[in-house]
Amino acid sequence: MSAPWPAVARLVGRRLLAAVPVLVVVTLGMFAVAAASPFDPVRRYVGDGSSASQETLDALRENLSPDGTFVEQWWSWLTSVLGGDLGQSLALRQPVSQVIAERVGWSLLLCAVAFVGSVLLGCALGVLAARREGGWLDRAVSSLSYTLQAAPPFWLALLAIWLFALQLDVLPAGGLTEAGEDTVTAGSLLRHLALPAAVLTISQAPWFVLYVRQGVADALHEDPVRGARARGVSERTVLLGHALRSGLLPVLTLVGTRIPELITGALLVETVFSWPGIASATVRAATSTDFPLLAALTALSALAVLAGNLLADLLYGLADPRVDLNEM
Amino acid sequence: MTVRRLVRGGAVAGAVAALVATAGCSTPGDDEGGGSGGGGGRNSVVVGIANEPETLSPLLGYGKDGNSKIFDGLLRHNDELGLEPALATELPEVSEDGLTYRYPLREDVAFSDGTPFTSADVVFTYETILDEGTNNPNKGELDPVESVEADGEHAVVFTLKYPYAPFAERTVLPIASEEAAGDQDVNTGSYNTEPVGTGPYVLTDWSAGERISLEANPDYWGGAPEVERVTMAIIPDDDVRATRLRSGDLDAAVLPPNLAEGFADEEGLTTITAESADFRAVTLPSDNPVTGDIAVRRALDLAVDRELMVESILLGAGHPAYNAIPTASPWFAEGTERAHDPEEAARILEEAGWEEGEGGIRERDGQRAEFTLWYPAGDRLRQEHALAYASDAKDVGVDITVESGSWEVIDGRLAEDAVLSGGGDPADPDFQLYNLLYSELAGNGYNNMAHYRNPAVDEQLDLGRRSGDQAERAAAYEAVQRELAENPGYTFLTHIDHVYVMADAWDGVTTQVEPHDHGLGHGPWWNVEDWRVRS
Repeated sequence: MSAPWPAVARLVGRRLLAAVPVLVVVTLGMFAVAAASPFDPVRRYVGDGSSASQETLDALRENLSPDGTFVEQWWSWLTSVLGGDLGQSLALRQPVSQVIAERVGWSLLLCAVAFVGSVLLGCALGVLAARREGGWLDRAVSSLSYTLQAAPPFWLALLAIWLFALQLDVLPAGGLTEAGEDTVTAGSLLRHLALPAAVLTISQAPWFVLYVRQGVADALHEDPVRGARARGVSERTVLLGHALRSGLLPVLTLVGTRIPELITGALLVETVFSWPGIASATVRAATSTDFPLLAALTALSALAVLAGNLLADLLYGLADPRVDLNEM
Repeated sequence: MTVRRLVRGGAVAGAVAALVATAGCSTPGDDEGGGSGGGGGRNSVVVGIANEPETLSPLLGYGKDGNSKIFDGLLRHNDELGLEPALATELPEVSEDGLTYRYPLREDVAFSDGTPFTSADVVFTYETILDEGTNNPNKGELDPVESVEADGEHAVVFTLKYPYAPFAERTVLPIASEEAAGDQDVNTGSYNTEPVGTGPYVLTDWSAGERISLEANPDYWGGAPEVERVTMAIIPDDDVRATRLRSGDLDAAVLPPNLAEGFADEEGLTTITAESADFRAVTLPSDNPVTGDIAVRRALDLAVDRELMVESILLGAGHPAYNAIPTASPWFAEGTERAHDPEEAARILEEAGWEEGEGGIRERDGQRAEFTLWYPAGDRLRQEHALAYASDAKDVGVDITVESGSWEVIDGRLAEDAVLSGGGDPADPDFQLYNLLYSELAGNGYNNMAHYRNPAVDEQLDLGRRSGDQAERAAAYEAVQRELAENPGYTFLTHIDHVYVMADAWDGVTTQVEPHDHGLGHGPWWNVEDWRVRS
């Protein structure tokens, strides 16, 4: 079967066009919320325990507050972004582009590893559980999944630190390298990535486990599977070749919808593990009402979600020949 | 067969991931740097701090109270907070009228990029901070400065707008390099993250949100530090910081007293408690009919059980506060301590006509003895102080409603409602008292939040900041404190100790009396450049 590349290209093109109004609405909404926000960026800039005089505060307000209505602010932000300038972060005293460039790579690494990990773990455990529905393995995997689904990622993170760093002393409790080292070596990176990635994986995996389990279990009762079994096809082929294939379809849509959850989970996990990703910047931007940085990060997350949905649809189309990419 | 290909690809990726994970686990802790706990000589230190600085540029306020590690000021504080020359060769010559300060500068100092340090850098630093385009929230501290001029390559002269006795204390402010910072936007330029200073350490890496790495400056004019690497790990969560200290990841950490207690029996780790000028106080606004009444103020001042607050809220890590100046400070007016005396408080209220009314709450001329006390939402320490204060007040018949809100909400109510405020700068009594009490500053920004107005206090505050005579200043601030005890427009509750747990591996570890702000600069590592590695 040859891949329908022209259809794929058309889908990508259509989605890119559709992304424009979405981004417009999201960023405009973000500026509207900013304008309505009761938080005072000057107060945040000055910080607690300051004894700044009225004169200083007025001067800062003059320098820091954008002019005009939120639509005008948004328009001037948009035009400068299109010109390649993302503006200046108030909270971090840096250009926004520098803030993002310095950190986004580490966040991507963490999210990608965790995402791939949770999909693989989800598929493996889901298939195993579905094979003997109601069996001990199924019951163990399912109840564990429900429990983990309810567990907040930061709690899992603290638990993991307590177990692996404190009790067993096999993995570092945080950071990107040994606290006293500057250079990032592959070995030390892997050791430091292990816990945050594992926690994020485990917090995301239950969704995939439960979806795959359900999908595969349903597929096992379908006619093609029964037919294959009747023909004496090996159980392994039945399970992986027939049941998993059709059971995976709902999982592919899940891929797209899990992206926002992944980002939220990553924010918490990065904070607990002092991971130098975008999370600390996001938390900073939000708590110090740093709107230029927040606008860029909001647009970035919106893009990530759109990209996730596109990926899910593409995979869906490629996996199921009945689906017409031209209709998505 | 796309799906099958997908699954096979997945299996391969899974195998790789598994391999990677095993490789990741196979070398636990064999290449640790300065990490592992216990004693012994170590020439590096890893410190866990809670707050990351926004900038490392002195032009935007980094290190304004000294101890910046990367920079030096003209002067610096010693462990007793006495002033010593740093980039200046001696303490400044002050003119007769107190208006000009002349600092001769060291000639043998270079910035870490090799450019020599001259008077132009000093002028650049101060002028940039005072420039109205510079978003430095602390520029008000340099308000007395009229001008700063170079007197040749190796001396600077400050001219003040009015005589200001504590001015020299402000010149611990770090000096930035004009060569490195001069050409860029001061508010967002790269100097904020890649500072170039003359200090004992140079920044080698700042991994934002993770850590700040410093390395000894081998050419430091004061001699290369023995502790060669200083890493500030940024860990906002108290529990995680404690955990990483316990796991040996950190050598030292800032901890709240309840978590520090857990390290009491840990071998090789010591708990260090630093006194601070960091007070917690309730503002009693002058324009509120209840809190503006002197009898109510005095009664509340006596009704509050400060010792109990120190014991129960601070777990002993603090001291009762009677005004902004800590009782341990030489500037503290002896004999102004007030004992917990609810009976006397009740008597004062009776005498002033506040009669017990419905529900045990006092009234006078139809005015119930009640007011609202705010604390910033999320600040647990202030919340506990506020609740304890309200409960003590209730015992003498004053009804306080405790509410929490963001500063934006509180700001608008400072004139009528009380707030649990905090702050403190130990360097000079003027820094402590002037902004808090001076009438003209009532409601000006974050100054004098209680709208305190007392001409007798104003007069002494003016005298204290203008007089160049130490004895005269001491008398003025003593008078301020006695006046404040008579008319306590703030109920001062506690001074908070800052608690640190660190490995016992170096000699020369001391503490200063610390300001409100602590972490990177202030803490037992305030002078890490002078520590000696124990052999």
